[in-house]
Amino acid sequence: MVHGFAGRRRGLSMLVIGLAYGWPIASPIIAAAAGPTAVEFNRDIRPILSDNCFSCHGPDSSHRQADLRLDLRDDAVAAGAIVPGKSAESTLVTRINVTDPDEIMPPPESHKKLDAKQKELLTRWIEQGAEYQKHWSYEPPVKADVPAGTNGIDHLVHKRLSALGLKPSAEADRRTLIRRLSFDLLGLPPTPEEVAAFEQDTTPDAYEKLVDRLLANPHYGERMAIGWLDVVRFADTCGYHSDKPRNIWPYRDWVIKSFNDNRPFDQFTIHQVAGDLLPDADQDSRVGSAFNRLLLSTDEGGAQAKDYEARMLTDRVRAIGATWLGQTTGCAQCHDHKFDPITARDFYSLGAFFADIQEGIIAQREDGMVVGTPEEHKRLAELDAALAAAKKNFDAIVPQLNVAQQQWEADLVAYKVMLPELAADSKASAGDKNLAKQVAASLAQEAAKRNGNDKKVLQDYFRTKATQLFKAERDGFAKAEQERNGFYASLAKCLVSVKSAAPRTVRILPRGNWMDETGEVIKPALPGYLPQPKIEGRELTRLDLAEWLVSRDNPLTARVVMNRLWKQFFGTGLSRVLDDLGAQGEPPTNPELLDWLACEFMDAKWDMKHMVRTIVTSATYRQTSVASSQLLAADPYNRELTRQSTFRVDAELVRDAALVSSGLFVPTIGGPSVKPYQPDGYWENLNFPVRTYPNDVGEKQYRRGLYTWWQRMFLHPSMVAFDAPSREECCAERTRSNIPQQALVLLNDPSYVEASRALAARLLTECSGSPEERMAWAWKRVLQRLPRVEEMETVMPLYRQQLAAYKADTKAADDLLKTGFASVPADIDKAELAAWTHVARVLLNLHETITRS
Amino acid sequence: MNIHEHNSLARRAFLGRTAQGVGGVALAALAAPRSLEAAPQRGVLPSLPLPQKAKRVIWLTMAGGPSHLETFDHKPKLAELDDQPMPESMTKGQQLAQLQGQKLICFGPQHPFKPMGPSGTHICELFPHIGSVLGDICLINSMTTDAINHDPAHMFMNTGSQIAGRPSMGSWVTYGLGSEAADLPGFVVLTSLGRGGQNQPIAARQWSSGFLPSKYQGVQLRGKGDPVLYLTNPNGITRERQGADIHAINLLNAQHDALTGDPEIATRIAQYEMAFAMQASVPGLMDMAAEGPQTLDLYGCKPGDGSFASNCLLARRLAERGVRFIQLYHKDWDHHGGVKDGIKFKAEEIDRACMALITDLKNRGMLDSTLIVWAGEFGRTPMSQGGSGRDHHNKAMTVWMAGGGIKGGIVHGASDDLGYAAVDKICTVHDLHATMLHCLGIQHDAFSVKFQGLDAKLTGVEKASVLKDILV
Repeated sequence: MVHGFAGRRRGLSMLVIGLAYGWPIASPIIAAAAGPTAVEFNRDIRPILSDNCFSCHGPDSSHRQADLRLDLRDDAVAAGAIVPGKSAESTLVTRINVTDPDEIMPPPESHKKLDAKQKELLTRWIEQGAEYQKHWSYEPPVKADVPAGTNGIDHLVHKRLSALGLKPSAEADRRTLIRRLSFDLLGLPPTPEEVAAFEQDTTPDAYEKLVDRLLANPHYGERMAIGWLDVVRFADTCGYHSDKPRNIWPYRDWVIKSFNDNRPFDQFTIHQVAGDLLPDADQDSRVGSAFNRLLLSTDEGGAQAKDYEARMLTDRVRAIGATWLGQTTGCAQCHDHKFDPITARDFYSLGAFFADIQEGIIAQREDGMVVGTPEEHKRLAELDAALAAAKKNFDAIVPQLNVAQQQWEADLVAYKVMLPELAADSKASAGDKNLAKQVAASLAQEAAKRNGNDKKVLQDYFRTKATQLFKAERDGFAKAEQERNGFYASLAKCLVSVKSAAPRTVRILPRGNWMDETGEVIKPALPGYLPQPKIEGRELTRLDLAEWLVSRDNPLTARVVMNRLWKQFFGTGLSRVLDDLGAQGEPPTNPELLDWLACEFMDAKWDMKHMVRTIVTSATYRQTSVASSQLLAADPYNRELTRQSTFRVDAELVRDAALVSSGLFVPTIGGPSVKPYQPDGYWENLNFPVRTYPNDVGEKQYRRGLYTWWQRMFLHPSMVAFDAPSREECCAERTRSNIPQQALVLLNDPSYVEASRALAARLLTECSGSPEERMAWAWKRVLQRLPRVEEMETVMPLYRQQLAAYKADTKAADDLLKTGFASVPADIDKAELAAWTHVARVLLNLHETITRS
Repeated sequence: MNIHEHNSLARRAFLGRTAQGVGGVALAALAAPRSLEAAPQRGVLPSLPLPQKAKRVIWLTMAGGPSHLETFDHKPKLAELDDQPMPESMTKGQQLAQLQGQKLICFGPQHPFKPMGPSGTHICELFPHIGSVLGDICLINSMTTDAINHDPAHMFMNTGSQIAGRPSMGSWVTYGLGSEAADLPGFVVLTSLGRGGQNQPIAARQWSSGFLPSKYQGVQLRGKGDPVLYLTNPNGITRERQGADIHAINLLNAQHDALTGDPEIATRIAQYEMAFAMQASVPGLMDMAAEGPQTLDLYGCKPGDGSFASNCLLARRLAERGVRFIQLYHKDWDHHGGVKDGIKFKAEEIDRACMALITDLKNRGMLDSTLIVWAGEFGRTPMSQGGSGRDHHNKAMTVWMAGGGIKGGIVHGASDDLGYAAVDKICTVHDLHATMLHCLGIQHDAFSVKFQGLDAKLTGVEKASVLKDILV
């Protein structure tokens, strides 16, 4: 494929026109503008047909017009729409070129319109024989040959660049490289000491050593987990209506640990989808199976079970589609997919795999499985056994105790005994007096007429106040119960998949309507358009699905996962639409590269660290992100990888960077989610029950952003401001916005104000030089570089101005320094500390601080 | 091209990329922050295919599901059948919420209706103030919805879909039209509680921008605490000190831009300016002292009382400032029990305020350019629940519209004699959205964004119809 300079120029001018009119631009801009070369169906034609024609002439039979399919060559040819080699005889060509609004395709009411370029491509494609190709992502990936000793990424990127007449950029400087790597692999900025060590390391493999060190750092798992938790929609609450908490955090820790231990991705997948069904299922694999429980659920009184059963099924199918298949399966809930070959039957057949999972349809979630160490499980078993024994002892004496109680009741009634609490001179508490009154009232009833509460009141009073009989047995039981329950409450628990003996019946719901029970009952099956597992003679299970997802035959999973991984390291996927590798998605800019990554991933037995290492050690990754104006013009979105990309880090990492720079950072990994400061009343719209937000104190206040309590209905506002998703739906790709709320968070959120004053205190304690030296220290701490002259000239006057202001207004300094729980060093001048707090605040607010380049 | 790229390129085009240019804007703005007259935020629609009757929307969400039978849909026949079994032919095999599978008994309207307005339309006598402005209102008595539980029903009413992750209508509208407010968000949300204690939860996703850029998300204005989250400076930091910091931040960012040419930096600088401007403008917006007793009397509110009436007054102030989409939530309409007293509370809380909003806008010449929509997430059953209440119901409900583009003084469509199902001119939520967009000058079926392979629209996949009968 040769593209001359003229081709590129035309590509760009198309882009500019497209921009002005808001047209969608065919993705490989450059390829689309190539001269009279061979038209390629997947690259050139499918996007046009899919977007403009398939809605009425595609896979969805219920909406098909004129009984014409253009997605299948034989059908299109048989109908005369396409006469291969003869565009003039093809009705497709006639119909796209007529002017009569009743005749023209696409019809005006569709608001779709083909431009001249698209018409020309369709015509030329038919002239060239109208060859179809299977959709690219449904073909098995093919691994390109890469010369031995070469990084496959670099080889394939350079191959494409030379075809396009483009050149890669130079390697970035060392400070940029380590900062980039630290953010990408750990999600944390490097310390100045780490930067200096790397800058001074002259050994030839300094970079590779750094990569290995970072991959071995336990914060790596946390960084990798963030994207995964988005796509599987991990959150601490149930999502609908009351949005109540649920026990699920051990799954988050399982994900972190999986990345840290480099659990092969196939195992990682199988545990999540079917970890409970493995022959050797254990606590670890069962916690992984919490994946199936991450969906939204409700406990609303008026909710209909069948409605929510359908919602849960569709939620799970969408999750499989988003997480592993890169298919927008959700479309097929109501009808056969309009663009991809997934049918409504495929949709419900996928849903049927999950019919065996025990799930309260309208209910509060259960406690879940105890997740503990072997010692904890042993201790719990001991306490359970002790409780059972104590209960047995207790049960043995109950009949005698009851006889005694009856005698006691009879005596009280017969002799008209007044309970001591009710005596005129009783010193019993009001509560006890009240209880005694209830006892008296119950006794006043005939025994046969006493209700449950009456009986309970009498029994409680008798056993706690009126008798010493069998005290040892009773106390033993109470104590065993208390001990066991107290210990149980202290243990971590997690919702996990538990197979039900009676799976739910799954039907095709016509038009997605859960009230329509006329649809066919469906058994688990894999989408008909994808390669099938070789299992016969038995019903497929969730474990079959899990194994199929990561089988070599499945053309999608490895591509989907590598495409998402690519985004973490370059800011954009190779196919930009991360959640749709189907017809309406975008063919990858460099298909050979995505295929190579997918094959390499599978060849390496799904070794994630191997793939991460391969990517970050490539020259492509190590390029500078600063673009020359020529490069910016030739490759404006860096789709051709002629440089690195610059982007603002994720919400969690914005927080982490401030905590690390300020020294407040608590590096603990895992555990229950934490509650950083949050504005009062932010949860006022939650109900059932009404809730307050007790923020955490102590170390929990300074944990990494990914441990933030994920309240689906009202996610922490500083997370929302920086585009963290609520995780109500699977999110393969976060938006990356730049909005005023981000400024308000970094300026005014107590977490950031506290970080500023902690950084200032640290600076005054750890650096005893001149203000200029301190400024340099702060710059190195936050940005890992020295301030430039003009920066110094900007910020020194600010420091002096604020210092003078606080010297004149010490109360203001006091007020500022009270923000947050962190202590204020006693031996530092408050005005000085306040002024440096402003400097630190400015630094923590800089675009560069929250940007990885 | 996706919308993010569009934005990024647009920023390059509009803001220019030189540090001097950016820094210059920043410095000028900071020197005199209130003089910052940032250009209105442009939308993506370059020109509108339809005449724009309404320039903005005030959407009054009555959260919990108001009973149409005790508000605006007059059903004398239901009163006659009070305590009689519901005709089985009507209800057989239908979707109910808590009443599913129970004995269904007719429950007559709990308050009398009276003729009001220029055409003598019968509405519940608890709403005399709304009755006095019926000439400006179009009642739609044939509205239906797909969902029957609060949360999905709100999602459907707000986003046209019951699945989370779609943009709210306020986000769609500001995405399309931009906003005329220079120092306020284009989409603002206010909530208020009712006294009856049935305050259903509302999720932030109801005003989420979904797959549209976050800058189109609804921003909640709060009655207590910071009116906008993180709006107030930290203790000890005066506006001057804040300004000095922002000045330094923007200068340093501009210097960095000169070296790196990252187009996001220009936006970052503009957003710090916007944030600083909002810190000044929002307190001014919230300060209703300047309104004068006459206006406060009209609405029947006290400044700072957090009531629905106060929020209506704030809505007018937001409208004046060019905010594009203002959505109020008033809760406590979920009358499973005690609908008789419950509705009384609600009428006291909203009747005068709704009238005041219409009247006030009219007096200021703004009603013609403001579309007001009053709607819950569903209606309620004509059958009794527990002898004193009504269950959720999605086959009939009342919605009303007033102002920009809407014919006042009319009733559109009807439910059957018992108010069970819409039977005449049945309307869907997508029709309502289509009509709203039409009034704003937007052709609903051509207003789409590519999402998960679809041309996603507020008005959904199936055909939606503009309610032409109710347009002026």
